Amino acid sequence: MLRYLLIRALSLSLSLIVASVVIFAVIEVIPGDPATYMLGLNATDETLAALRDELGLGGSALSRYFDWIGGMLTGDFGTSYTYRVPVAELVLDRLQVSLPLAAMALALSTLIAFPIGILAASNRGGVVDYGIMGATQLGIAIPNFWFAMLLVLLFAVTLQWFSAGGFPGWDNPFLALKSLTLPAIALALPQASILARVMRSALLETFSQDYMRTARAKGLSRGQAIRRHALRNALIPVLTIIGLQFSFLLAGAIIIENVFFLPGLGRLIFQGITQRDLIVVESVTMLLVFSVILVTFLVDITYALVDPRLRRR
Amino acid sequence: MIALDRLSLSIHGQPILRDVSLDIAPGEIFGLVGESGSGKSMTALALMGLLPTGAATTGRASLDGTDLLSLSEPALCRLRGNEIGMIFQEPMTALNPVQTIGAQVAETLTIHGKADATEARAIARDRLDRVGLKHIPMDRYPHELSGGQRQRVCIAAAIALHPRLLIADEPTTALDVTTQAQILDLLRDIVADEGMSLLLITHDLAVVADMADRIAVMQTGEIVETGPTKTVLARQDHPYTRALFAASSHQPDRATYPDPAPLLAVENVTRSYPGPRQGFRRSPPLHAVDGVSFALHEGESLGLVGESGCGKSTLTRAILGLDPIQGGAIRLNGTPVTPQMPRAARADIQVVFQDPYGSFNPRWRVERLIAEPFHLLPDPPRGGDRRDRVAEALTAVHLSPDDMHKYPHEFSGGQRQRIAIARALITRPKLLVLDEAVSALDVSVRARILDLLAELQGEFHLSYLFISHDLTVVRAITDRVLVMQSGKIVEEGATEAVFTAPTHPYTRTLLKAAPRLPDHIGGSHDTLV
Amino acid sequence: MRRLPPALILGAVLSGAFLIIALISLVWVPYPVDGVSIADRLQPFSLAHPLGTDQLGRDVLSLLMVGSQTSIAVAILAVGIGMGLGVPLGLAAAARRGSLLDEVIMRGNDLIFAFPSLVIAILITARYGPSATNAILAIGIFNIPVFARVARGGALPLWTLDYILAARTAGKGRIRISAEHILPNILNLLIVQATIQFSLGILAEAALSYVGLGAQPPTPSWGRMLSEAQTMIYTHPMLAVLPGLAIVLMVLGLNLMGDGLRDVLDPRLRRGRT
Repeated sequence: MLRYLLIRALSLSLSLIVASVVIFAVIEVIPGDPATYMLGLNATDETLAALRDELGLGGSALSRYFDWIGGMLTGDFGTSYTYRVPVAELVLDRLQVSLPLAAMALALSTLIAFPIGILAASNRGGVVDYGIMGATQLGIAIPNFWFAMLLVLLFAVTLQWFSAGGFPGWDNPFLALKSLTLPAIALALPQASILARVMRSALLETFSQDYMRTARAKGLSRGQAIRRHALRNALIPVLTIIGLQFSFLLAGAIIIENVFFLPGLGRLIFQGITQRDLIVVESVTMLLVFSVILVTFLVDITYALVDPRLRRR
Repeated sequence: MIALDRLSLSIHGQPILRDVSLDIAPGEIFGLVGESGSGKSMTALALMGLLPTGAATTGRASLDGTDLLSLSEPALCRLRGNEIGMIFQEPMTALNPVQTIGAQVAETLTIHGKADATEARAIARDRLDRVGLKHIPMDRYPHELSGGQRQRVCIAAAIALHPRLLIADEPTTALDVTTQAQILDLLRDIVADEGMSLLLITHDLAVVADMADRIAVMQTGEIVETGPTKTVLARQDHPYTRALFAASSHQPDRATYPDPAPLLAVENVTRSYPGPRQGFRRSPPLHAVDGVSFALHEGESLGLVGESGCGKSTLTRAILGLDPIQGGAIRLNGTPVTPQMPRAARADIQVVFQDPYGSFNPRWRVERLIAEPFHLLPDPPRGGDRRDRVAEALTAVHLSPDDMHKYPHEFSGGQRQRIAIARALITRPKLLVLDEAVSALDVSVRARILDLLAELQGEFHLSYLFISHDLTVVRAITDRVLVMQSGKIVEEGATEAVFTAPTHPYTRTLLKAAPRLPDHIGGSHDTLV
Repeated sequence: MRRLPPALILGAVLSGAFLIIALISLVWVPYPVDGVSIADRLQPFSLAHPLGTDQLGRDVLSLLMVGSQTSIAVAILAVGIGMGLGVPLGLAAAARRGSLLDEVIMRGNDLIFAFPSLVIAILITARYGPSATNAILAIGIFNIPVFARVARGGALPLWTLDYILAARTAGKGRIRISAEHILPNILNLLIVQATIQFSLGILAEAALSYVGLGAQPPTPSWGRMLSEAQTMIYTHPMLAVLPGLAIVLMVLGLNLMGDGLRDVLDPRLRRGRT
């Protein structure tokens, strides 16, 4: 078990290093002067020189890379060029929206997907199964940002139960959660559709395994065999998908935040792009990739808890 | 006790069983024998009430007068595991991989409400001890156990509640002979101790001949002959029983060409894999093949016997020049055999594999399949020439030249094995490696393929290296035999000599473990009929 | 001949319809889409404009028709990049299972997976500016590991089969075996995956255009139509509903087709049926 964890942790750090090199290279090393790009057309020689100096572009790529990584490790993400505040401060502020949103969406997606996936699998070929498969087929085809607009149209414009966007802050937790509800639903439903289908097929796969026949021969009813034997085995592929979905949720959140005018990381990164604030883009991208790799690591650990075959490697 | 009365079964309208009648007395071992597709497993599933969806039955299946076919599902659940236990063919996959073996045995008890969790654990421990797993802790997972041990766990779970009937569906088919003998002994013991009945389902006539009090022979969904084992084996009233019997002890007529010229020389060959990592060190390398030497002469048929994991597959791959060797040398007609050997040299050695289904690219027609080894020739025949050669090869294996336009899925298992032989013959090799080439076939089909191999050997002056775990087959088709155990050749000699007077203890164990048809009946059945 | 699954027929009809619409729009549309006409702005459904007009007076039907070109072109090219690079990589990894090459390819795959596709797009556009080409690259790069995985996963079990050993004893090398034996037998998997990635590509293109990182004006695209309609959602909801509906129908068609193809082509399901 310890060996397995060590190997996973090692591969986690390796991925992080390679990812940081890629991001750094794309933003700062690949031909084209970042300072010229950031300032655009109204750059004068003086402002360019000043910005180059501020970005530390004078040094070698290698030393700049280590400065950047060293800064990240100590919590110094650089200073935003447009906002003139530390990027870390901005990020911390925006995480208060993005993190709860992603967590809500993931929880919602799992809570919806598990029961209906199990329901569909245990009624394979029946009316319920066809209904669920049809609904999830539609769910996958709907772009989440368009679904978000439809939700706004229905719940904010027509029914006026929710506001169409904005975030009141966490001073009033109820209002804050309420303003995240529609975005979370918009994010969760397409993901829930995918997850439910994976759950269904993973379960069906286990149904045909020999150990299910053994369980039935021991006198377990169909339902008992599913609960005691099929579910835990089906969880292994489902976990993989949940891990992957986190990365989709992050990406989706970037867009959904734009639909609902939520001040999250996604908005920050887009503001960074439109204002050509490469420092913000670089650090926030790294942060997103870090969280995806971290979640993959957590999924790997969960694997080992679910599947004993991995533990004694 | 258990009785089937004119049981018929169809699945989605397709008839599977017809008028199957049998009864099993308490404490009796009843053998149900038949080839694949004869309906023997479906008979067992019908007893368990575990038939696939779309199944429709007529007739009666009763346990002490209770009609099993009309029981409700909850009633069947109470019955399964409690009154009737069952074990299956594939012990490697029959257990839940993410649950401990103790929990899986205890589950039989708790699910029927016969014990609370602690009692169930104690009883499970006792049952595991009973099946010979005293030294195995309960918190082990299935992947930590060998195939034989897993089958023992399955047996422990099946007999946890002392059922009156145990159904064993090909319980030892996936196991080595020595393990098979141990599991069969265990089953026999348990039946005697517990006074339960055993329904033993198998394709192997020799297994039931050793074990069963009474047997029934099935063919295409019908029982064609039934009675006390001795009587059925001695009388063989039904032609199918006779055919089955003759086929399982089949001896093809072979002409031998004693020719001293050595064809294949294997000298002190070692094939090793890096040892598993332990922390940052590696444990010493594992020698899958450890200093093996032997010679194979022209026109000779040489057998290589051993159980799974003994290194015979690894050795085979080295002889075929697919994997590199770490020590020693392999020479074919004086040319070294290595993965880099020239193509033309490979044309002299060809192979037939075990699995008639995995042996062909399903998207190719037979002509292209058989012609594939032409790749080895410097100037491969093309067009009409190629078709003529393929037709010739098909004729040699008694298939029609027209078959070259078909796809492999249009053929039966035996026919596919003929196609595989035709492919191996197309380059007119000197040596044919037969890697478990008849092991996946039913006995009657196997007998015909063995005849074909004997005939081809005479016709093309072939040498055979016949690799198998099946001792009867090796005895039937080889002149000399090598016995392999953990990477080494432990005994070598003329086949009959080795089989009648083995010198090495391992060979003796193997021969003793192999189930055999009683000699006096098998040997003299011609005079009885 | 076997009866085709209804999902396949429905899916093929839906996606085929969009393909035909895109092709027609290459030569003919009801109204030119670059003509701004303030007088005709925001008209309701009518005979002259079956789906109304937008805030610049452009015909919505024409915009949708031309927009399908963008979606389809981006998705096809992105799938092409993914297949063209991913399949050879996956085949190579499978042919040398457990080797350093395999390890490097698979770890590289994991790394790309760690970047959500949108983040790749953001990275590229942040540095090189938004354009349809960059959107194609961003989606295509993300397709590479998907196809590499599918190819490797499909090839690995085949490599253990006896017909591969037979081909090796027939003196064939790994590249030749990959081309002759492996690729044709995993083509099913690849075709199914291609339809799935195609539909994901349509969704991704729409999302990128929606946030302004995809095709740039004046090239019409469904995603940008949605973002432009968002500010008018209170007054003219139809402008936001129609492009979304187009996306849903196209993606639904492709997914149904993928599912249907899987049913027809998957040998496991076929064996179960016979």
